[in-house]
Amino acid sequence: MNISVRELNAWFGRTQALYDISMEIPANQVTAIIGPSGCGKSTFVRCLNRMHETLPGTRVEGYVEVGSIEIYGNGTSPVEVRRRVGMVFQKPNPFPAMSIYDNVAAGLKLNGSYSRRELDQVVEHALRMAALWDEVKDQLKKQSGASLSGGQQQRLCIARALAVQPEVLLMDEPASALDPISTAKVEELLFQLRSQYTIVIVTHNMQQAARVADSTGFFLLGKLIEYDKTERIFTTPADKRTEDYVTGRFG
Amino acid sequence: MRRWTAGTKVRIADAIFRHAMGACALSVLAVVALILIELVWQSQLSLHAFGWKFFSRQAWDPVAGDFGALPFIYGTLLSSLLALAIAVPLALGLAVYITEMCSPRFRGALAFTSDLLAAIPSVIYGLWAMFVMVPLVRRYVEPWLAATLGWTGLFEGPPYGIGMLAAGIILSIMVLPIISSITREVLVAVPRHQREAALALGATRWEMIRIGVLRNARAGIVGAIILGLGRALGETMAVTMVIGNRPAIAKSLFAPGYTMASVIANEFSEATGDLYLSALVEIGLALLLLTLVVNALARLLVWSVTRGMPVSSNA
Amino acid sequence: MLKSQPTRNVAWTRVLADRAATGAAWLAALLVISPLIAIFGYLVVRGASAVNWAFLTHAPRPVGEAGGGIGNAIVGSALILGISSLLGVPLGIGAGVYLAEYGRGRLATLVRFTADVLNGVPSIVMGIAVYALVVLQQKHFSAFAGGIALGIMMIPTIARTTEEMLLMVPRPVREAALGLGVSEWRTVLSVSLRTALPGVITGVMLAFARIAGEAAPLLFTAFGNQFWNLNVNQPTAALPLQIYNYALSPYDEWHQQAWAGALVLIVLIVGTVCLVRLIAGRGVMKGTA
Repeated sequence: MNISVRELNAWFGRTQALYDISMEIPANQVTAIIGPSGCGKSTFVRCLNRMHETLPGTRVEGYVEVGSIEIYGNGTSPVEVRRRVGMVFQKPNPFPAMSIYDNVAAGLKLNGSYSRRELDQVVEHALRMAALWDEVKDQLKKQSGASLSGGQQQRLCIARALAVQPEVLLMDEPASALDPISTAKVEELLFQLRSQYTIVIVTHNMQQAARVADSTGFFLLGKLIEYDKTERIFTTPADKRTEDYVTGRFG
Repeated sequence: MRRWTAGTKVRIADAIFRHAMGACALSVLAVVALILIELVWQSQLSLHAFGWKFFSRQAWDPVAGDFGALPFIYGTLLSSLLALAIAVPLALGLAVYITEMCSPRFRGALAFTSDLLAAIPSVIYGLWAMFVMVPLVRRYVEPWLAATLGWTGLFEGPPYGIGMLAAGIILSIMVLPIISSITREVLVAVPRHQREAALALGATRWEMIRIGVLRNARAGIVGAIILGLGRALGETMAVTMVIGNRPAIAKSLFAPGYTMASVIANEFSEATGDLYLSALVEIGLALLLLTLVVNALARLLVWSVTRGMPVSSNA
Repeated sequence: MLKSQPTRNVAWTRVLADRAATGAAWLAALLVISPLIAIFGYLVVRGASAVNWAFLTHAPRPVGEAGGGIGNAIVGSALILGISSLLGVPLGIGAGVYLAEYGRGRLATLVRFTADVLNGVPSIVMGIAVYALVVLQQKHFSAFAGGIALGIMMIPTIARTTEEMLLMVPRPVREAALGLGVSEWRTVLSVSLRTALPGVITGVMLAFARIAGEAAPLLFTAFGNQFWNLNVNQPTAALPLQIYNYALSPYDEWHQQAWAGALVLIVLIVGTVCLVRLIAGRGVMKGTA
């Protein structure tokens, strides 16, 4: 599923946060969104699964197409959009009152009734894809989601997002709250997931973007300054502002 | 001759002040100790006469000097549980509405309304219940219940209006504010990222509330309910005015009953004879211990959810 | 707060559940407001006509005679509440000061816990305890005993509010005073307490409003009185008690007076609560609910 964004604008109350963003995000690739704090990268990504509008006083205008569905269209329900466009947050947020198993199955149970066996299969598959299965397979139903380490919690959140079989996976600085080893594991995951999902990852860590992303978009003050193959962004950026940022002159 | 320097004077003044404040704090301990001691002391006669069996006997005959607290324990528990059965769904619904669904404009007004209900004195609830609610219950509610649910055996007998059902209803109105208020605090304490986690999975608003908020706040909600129970157990005036004041255990909710607080309120000043008085004090002691345990349990539960966040909750 | 999400293309069972839950919550809110309106409404309808100057300034007449009022009950309540404030306010504030300024460690935790316990004591049990402690010794009912019972009930609320308000005074304020050489006790009184004073006062007012409506602890302490009484050592009338007695009596005129008295009482209490809310804002109300 590729994502087509055209003239996307977003506001927090009266303050505009995104100005006429237009991008084509190709399917089955990892696209990184980089930029200094406050540049709108999180806001942008949250517009892709209609989470931005859940905050009071916010507004979104523009055109976002995922696959062939216009997600802000009149006939489209944000509930359905969010199932198809999954999200992993900066701070791992597993449900503490549920076991690991129930965490992964949570999204599934909302979307229909499945037999015990079907659930077992999906949970195992999701946990394997998130590279967490071996570590938790004996404690699935006994341990709470919050009793894992930070890195494991984040992988649990990834598994939870994958279990509902989205087409796109959005990741808002997924490793920024994790230690280097967990970060490495999450990045490894991205290489494997890439073939099945379209991934958009927000990161303030440029080395991370250089490592994992096929394409990178640079945001500054709510505008998309440059968007190109990662290699070009980091070696021969077209815009001076991009060059200043990636060489560390600010941000 | 010793010189009292300014330093010494100040230190003495500081010490006096500190001890004075400390004395105030200790007075709290002293008061509770005194209450417990007095209650135990005054129940001695009854304790000696009846022992533990006091709480399992059904007698209540002041003339013969025969006393047993079972009907009152039954009445207290039944009226309180009935009150909870009515109040809990309403209180939770109100709390969810205020914190998750209501537009910000009305939130303050609704919350204030709920707090206002908590400020109404018990006698006024009783007055209203006696003259307005009971006739309604007698004329409409009880016949309807007897017609539809009479087969359960819970709604039999003449619809007096006055009785266990009326007591349960007025109690439910009285405990509703505290259950709702604490529940609201507990729901607000659930962090935003839990709500977002549920939404990001493709949940409807109710599903988000169910798995992202209510599920997390479970322990605190139970605590709020138990705090409501604690309040209901000790309620006196309103219940006394509508429960019928008959020390009997009956299956039907239409029948009159008697609670621990009510029998004390009604008969304490008229109690002739030391044993009579002692029996009533013993009932008071039992009521005190019961509410103490219930309240302590509730506080533990609420604290476990709102740990770290200051929650003022007077039972 | 989240608006209900549009749900086209979502399974109808889920949509139904969402709508039903919203409806149920809304209904609950409605059902909660209704008794409040009903109670206030009836108080006004049934009571307002009997409230007049004579009602407020006369003592009850014997049954059958017209007229009479709750004047003695109002004065009696004032007397009893005055005594309880003399007891409860200093002790409550003092305990709160101790907990905020000096209380660390086990003793403070014990005091806090015990204050909670004291708060949970049913009011009727408080009446028994004060009966045993005071009335039995004095061999008569009195406003004094009633004042003690109600005063004790004020202590936990006032202590907690005082502690909370004092803890909100920022450290730099305290340290500024201490740094200037002001003694500790003066700092607490003139700096911390003065800064926290508005909050403390609202706490006191709320505790006051709460006990002003209590009847159970007065049943066998102040006991009530059909006549004027200013002697603290004698049984004294109180407004909630009078309402209770009138309501339970078999006479219609007295029922009418019960409604009128209840209207007066509720206006005073709710008036105090609203006043406090207006001055102090939301936070302080939580202390009483």
